[in-house]
Amino acid sequence: MQRNVFAFIAGGFFGAGLFISGMTDTNKVQGWLDVFGNWDPTLAFVMGGAIIPMAIAWRLTKAHQTAMLGTVFPPPPEPKLGRNLVVGSVMFGMGWGLSGLCPGPSIAAISYGGTGVFVFLAAMLTGMAFAPAMRRLMDRPVPAE
Amino acid sequence: MDQDWIWGLVGGLLIGTGGAIYLLVNGRIMGASGIIGGLVDGSGHSTKWERISFLIGVALLPVLLLPLYGSVDTHITSNLLVLVAAGLLVGVGTRIANGCTSGHGVCGISRLSLRGMVATVFYILAGGITVMLFRHILGVI
Repeated sequence: MQRNVFAFIAGGFFGAGLFISGMTDTNKVQGWLDVFGNWDPTLAFVMGGAIIPMAIAWRLTKAHQTAMLGTVFPPPPEPKLGRNLVVGSVMFGMGWGLSGLCPGPSIAAISYGGTGVFVFLAAMLTGMAFAPAMRRLMDRPVPAE
Repeated sequence: MDQDWIWGLVGGLLIGTGGAIYLLVNGRIMGASGIIGGLVDGSGHSTKWERISFLIGVALLPVLLLPLYGSVDTHITSNLLVLVAAGLLVGVGTRIANGCTSGHGVCGISRLSLRGMVATVFYILAGGITVMLFRHILGVI
C-alpha cells in the first residue's frame, strides 16, 4: 500500500512538471528538435531542471543500502552500450520527432489531448507488446556468410 | 512566450523531484516507458499496482491544474498515419533501448550513465533529423 501511495505522489510530481513545463505541447517538443526552423529552447530548461534533484537523489543513495521502503537501490549503470540501445533510441527519436510525443507526456495529456493522444497511446502499447519479439530477433546471432 | 523557459525550469524541477521520490522512497528508476512497458509484457521488478498508481498520478495532476490554465492546446497532429507510425516507433524503440526521455534522459544523465547519455544523443539526433526531413523537406508535419 505504502509503495502505491508514494508511486502516486511521484507520478503526481512528474505529471504536474510535464504539464507546467509545457512538455505536453507537441509544438514545444518539435520546436526544440527543429534547429532549422523557429527553435524553442524550453526543453533544455526542463531537462536541466529535472536533472538537478535527480543528481542529488543519486548522491543520497550512496550513503544507504536500501530505499526508505526497504527496496535495494538499482545497481550501477551497465557500462555496455550495445546495438539495441542505439537502434531502439533511433527508432524512439524518429517517433518522438514525428509526433512530438514521448511516453510520459502521452499519459499526462490523456485528459485533454483529444482523440490524437488515444491513437498514439494505442499504437505505442502495440509497439511495446511487439518489442520483446523484436528484441529476440535482434539478439539472435548472425550466421557467418 | 518570453517566460516559457522559467516554466520549463520549474516544471523540470518538479519532474526531477518526482524522480527523486520514486528513487529514494520506492527504490525505483522513474522511467515512463519502463513503468508502462512492464504492464504490457510483465517485465521488471515493480508491482502492477505500483505502476498503475504512478500512472494515475501522472494523468491526474494535469486534470487538477487545468482549471488554472483555462484550456491547453497540445497541438497533436490530426494525421492518423503519422500518429500510428510515431506510436509504434516510440513503443518498440523505447523498449528495445530500455528507456526514453525520463529513464535515459533525466535518470540516466543525472547519474552520469554512459548508456543514458548515448541513448539521449541518438534519440535527439534522430528526432532532429526526422523533424527536418518531415517538416522542411516533405512538409508532412
